[in-house]
Amino acid sequence: MTIHAATFRSARKRLLQMHYESGVGHIGGNLSCLDALLVLHHEYMGPSERFILSKGHSAGALYVTLWSRGLLSDAQLSQFHRDGTLLAGHPPASGLPGIPFATGSLGHGLSLAAGTALALKLGRRSGMVYCLTSDGEWQEGSTWEALIFAAHHRLQNLTVLVDHNNLQGFGRTADVASMSPLAEKLAGFDIALQSVDGHDPEAIRAALDAPGNSCRVIILETQKGHGVSFMQDRMEWHYLPLKEQDYRRALQEIEAQ
Amino acid sequence: MRQQLCDALVLRSSRPDMVFLTGDLGFMALVPLQEAMGERFINAGVAEQNMISVVAALAREGMEAWAYSIAPFCYARPFEQVRNDIAFHNLPVKLIGNGGGYGYGVMGPTHHAIEDYGILLALPHMRAFVPAFDEDLKATIDRAGEASTPCYIRLGRGEVPAGYETPAYAPWRQLVQGGGMAVVAVGPVAGTYIEAFRALPEPLRPNFWVVSELPLDLNPMPADLLAHIRAGDGLCVIEEHVRRGGLGSEIALLMATQGISPKRFAHVHARAHHYATYGSQAFLRAQSGLDVDSVLAVVAEQQSEIT
Repeated sequence: MTIHAATFRSARKRLLQMHYESGVGHIGGNLSCLDALLVLHHEYMGPSERFILSKGHSAGALYVTLWSRGLLSDAQLSQFHRDGTLLAGHPPASGLPGIPFATGSLGHGLSLAAGTALALKLGRRSGMVYCLTSDGEWQEGSTWEALIFAAHHRLQNLTVLVDHNNLQGFGRTADVASMSPLAEKLAGFDIALQSVDGHDPEAIRAALDAPGNSCRVIILETQKGHGVSFMQDRMEWHYLPLKEQDYRRALQEIEAQ
Repeated sequence: MRQQLCDALVLRSSRPDMVFLTGDLGFMALVPLQEAMGERFINAGVAEQNMISVVAALAREGMEAWAYSIAPFCYARPFEQVRNDIAFHNLPVKLIGNGGGYGYGVMGPTHHAIEDYGILLALPHMRAFVPAFDEDLKATIDRAGEASTPCYIRLGRGEVPAGYETPAYAPWRQLVQGGGMAVVAVGPVAGTYIEAFRALPEPLRPNFWVVSELPLDLNPMPADLLAHIRAGDGLCVIEEHVRRGGLGSEIALLMATQGISPKRFAHVHARAHHYATYGSQAFLRAQSGLDVDSVLAVVAEQQSEIT
């Protein structure tokens, strides 16, 4: 089902509310991938599909996406980061629908996704496996091991999304350990590679609709903190919790969009 | 044990959900398995971190998933993948590490695995199998295959006296009956002592057991062995594994918590990854005091404490 602007707006507001109420950060990298997660989960994830969040620090965006689909309740979101919760800062090992693996240590998710895709392929089972990585995560050697494997085994049932927001934990990705341009590095593999505006739903759909006869990799050109002017492309919003004044201002901006 | 490993796996390989990954090892050894399994036998290449996460995902999707490499390359190189992706999710992956202990001998310490089960048993849900004899592999593979939790199998080299009739597999087996010290050895190194222990006269001849499954809390010590330790002439634990994290400290803890005070307690263990020079498994065992003569000196010595 095609989703519209109101769905994106309400998810963005709910994400900020959840982070504001729990007083935790990682907002910037949640806002950079939220649009793609919403399109993917609302429009492409059927009962046979699998999704693995390799950039586990965007658990908040995933929880809100699952909420947006009606798979998590407001009451569950209110438990984000609380004692006794399943909604931890990184995805839990079990207990939540649509979350097959506890991720959070970077460089695991793409291998887990490749293994899942291989299991479906060997079992002659249908369904696409989607995996969202960060861009800094491509500094992990294991991510490249996984890409070699996925390309070699021609895992056509695997689609990798890269949240290419150009910022990592302590600097710009290009300044820390540059792989720029990432697309050129990936292009040498036997994969179906695309780059799209990761905040344009139509562009995301077009990329997800494009057929591939090998593992598909979609680089989502994104911005950390997207949709909130004072967060956009700013590294500190990898970490900062929202103060009340910031929260109100961010909500107003989103309402006006 | 690789031949027996391959035979045992081939016997299981008709299961449609079984999948076997190797980290580019098994040339000349696993070819029959490769032929039997077809597309479900996967050489994952020289990329162990990926192999372990992939095998975790295969198990998560309900497959009977096995991964094979030289021992350190399947637990030390990809340790975080074992921890996060397998153990945290309690996935019934079966890891097979070839050349446990000093098995790779003169190939050097990069290939030795003398801290493997100590490290792995620190993880939740993990079980370790240390088959002692070549004939154990069928039972080991079947038990690991049926397990609902993660398993690590440490492969070694079966060593028994000529003409020795191997006792049927059990996690604990008595190999020599005697009224002397209780001696417990882990895995294949046990076979190297059988002849010498049998030849000892009473009352020195030890009550000798081999253990092939850990941890102790899932595979408790037999009651008659415990009784012997309570009443007898002391206890010696032998393992081709470093002291920290080994069975020796587990058994010492068991003794302490159960209020059992063996007359004396000796622990013979792998002492170092590096010695001054390199050498065979037998050479490295001797450097650690795991050779027959050193162990006989421990068992026959009534007076001095050895730790």
